[in-house]
Amino acid sequence: MPDPMTPLAISACTATSAMGRGLHAHLASLRSEHTALRPNDFGPAPLPCWVGRVAGLEDATLPAPLASWDCRNNRLAWVGLQQDGFLARVLEARTRYGADRVALLLGTSTASIGATEEAYRTLDADGGFADFMLRPKLHNPHSLSAFVAATLGLEGPCLTISTACSSSAKVFASAERLLRLGLVDAAVVGGVDSLCASVLYGFNALELVSRTPCRPFDADRDGISIGEAAAFALLERGAVAPGRPRLIGYGESSDAHHMSTPDPDGRGAELALRAALERAAIEPAQVDYINLHGTASVKNDEVEAAVLQRLFPASTRASSSKGYSGHTLGAAGALEAVISLLAMAHDLLPGNLGTTRPDPRCGPRFAWRNESRPIGVTLSNSFGFGGNNACLLFAHAGVAP
Amino acid sequence: MTGLRLRFYIEGVGVWSPHLAGFPALCEVLAGATPAPPAKAPIAAILPPAERRRAPACVHLALEVAQQAAAASGRELGMLPCVFASSHGDQATTDYMCATLAREPLELSPTRFHNSVHNAPAGYWTIAVGCRAASSAVSAGRASFGAGLLEAGSQALGNDEAVLLACADTVGAGPMYEVTDCHEAFGSALVLSPARGAHTLARVDLQLIPAHPAYPEPPLPEPLASWRSNNPSAPALALLALLAQGAGHCQLAAAPALGLHIDLERMP
Repeated sequence: MPDPMTPLAISACTATSAMGRGLHAHLASLRSEHTALRPNDFGPAPLPCWVGRVAGLEDATLPAPLASWDCRNNRLAWVGLQQDGFLARVLEARTRYGADRVALLLGTSTASIGATEEAYRTLDADGGFADFMLRPKLHNPHSLSAFVAATLGLEGPCLTISTACSSSAKVFASAERLLRLGLVDAAVVGGVDSLCASVLYGFNALELVSRTPCRPFDADRDGISIGEAAAFALLERGAVAPGRPRLIGYGESSDAHHMSTPDPDGRGAELALRAALERAAIEPAQVDYINLHGTASVKNDEVEAAVLQRLFPASTRASSSKGYSGHTLGAAGALEAVISLLAMAHDLLPGNLGTTRPDPRCGPRFAWRNESRPIGVTLSNSFGFGGNNACLLFAHAGVAP
Repeated sequence: MTGLRLRFYIEGVGVWSPHLAGFPALCEVLAGATPAPPAKAPIAAILPPAERRRAPACVHLALEVAQQAAAASGRELGMLPCVFASSHGDQATTDYMCATLAREPLELSPTRFHNSVHNAPAGYWTIAVGCRAASSAVSAGRASFGAGLLEAGSQALGNDEAVLLACADTVGAGPMYEVTDCHEAFGSALVLSPARGAHTLARVDLQLIPAHPAYPEPPLPEPLASWRSNNPSAPALALLALLAQGAGHCQLAAAPALGLHIDLERMP
């Protein structure tokens, strides 16, 4: 069992998704209780489903020195870094600590596979990549992190974590270890995933895509809505950012069950939750709000609702925010970390949007509509293919143990 | 150099390539011999038959070396947290996915889609050995082994537990071959422990040092240098050679501007 950890400061954070660009847009979207999903209009022959698409990426341009990195995923990363003054905050940290003392750890499941798909659609006559697609750095799962490292001028540890839908939750855990061991003084963490044919047609092949906007924890839920997002956070030791919210715990585990369906008993998820609570040295009753993984897939929601019921008292409030943004896959951990931080900062407990007929197995913990109440401690769940689980715990600076 | 030194211990080692059936074969090569190459492709004997049929080549390769290293450590496989590193993941799967999406996207195979996740080796491994501990899948281009070593080493020390690290890449497939620099398969694995124990093979001291992307990789004797240039997971050979030779130091890339200075000493 893990030892309690020293909380870390989230000294800056930002998010870009279908809900909008930046923290204010996300807060307004949550307050509106309206979905940001729209009928799928992505690609040449769009599947009949709904997607969480970031508007205007087609018009975004990278600055000339970075132009060789151009692709949808890196454009989304670039747009994301511009919001909420995040890029400037990272550059301040780089100046304060030195470029080699700031780690960059990003989660992604798609990286720039969309560019590789395009290369296969535009093969030249002899079956090879056309000249304009001979860009090895894009046809690589590390493309996102390498691009962001070049953008931010960071020279410390730089790693891509790609564990499907838990990717950008796990980066918080890796960053905590690097900081605790004294290898770095700050870490930029986050996740970026973008719409592409691989995920749309892939989840469609698994019969996991809903034809309607996703309905997490609804009795009639029938699959996910795929979204895209870029979300980032800057982690530093608590003393340098006394008023900022804290990462107080995390837990990681594996299901050891199946590549694409969760363990029906939720034992892996429960291990990750318990490890997070132990690192934070808190009891389940001290968690005010849980941002659930809540994909709206039949099995995920069933297992997660049961784990919630088993571990947490009836007073705990919980919801999925995927009805707003869609399931942003490898970016979901970081996006929902930011949504959890927004909930804490504004005493806004987001309702479980999209549900009209709650699954009777859900119990009393679900916030079906927005609630206004103080939130001191939040938990965010992320569970991925391959049975990969990660849970993050955040608290107000004053509440952190 | 930051001055800060991470010290951990190697408890088990695994390696596979078309030239090397395991770590003893690498020792033979460095002693001037020519060991018999593996008779066949890695089969991931640890996987149940149904999973073995479904799993792609990169899973077979990563699980082969993971099993070699984990077995040598004497640890209970299901208790070991694991980090699976790879520059490109399963390229035959990527090639299939992109070719199918370009031609007939609705024909995409659901099994091959779930095999396309970068954490397929971690997923199949944890299922095969019943591991509910943390598992991860990481990527950092040609620095994947070095960055994976830093990730697994910091997990071993940070969480005070032994950690399995495997790093493997298969051969490029289809038009991808032109852009991935993967000309032959290579994989290796280590079990890292924060403390010396009965199965300890070597002590490792790791320090972060500045590096430059234009620096050449440090020298290695042939044929190791050629093998290294043929696969983005094969820079691990620099550390594996030290382990075979008994002691010494080497550098590994961990990021474009960051290197690892490795001091290794074999322990009886």
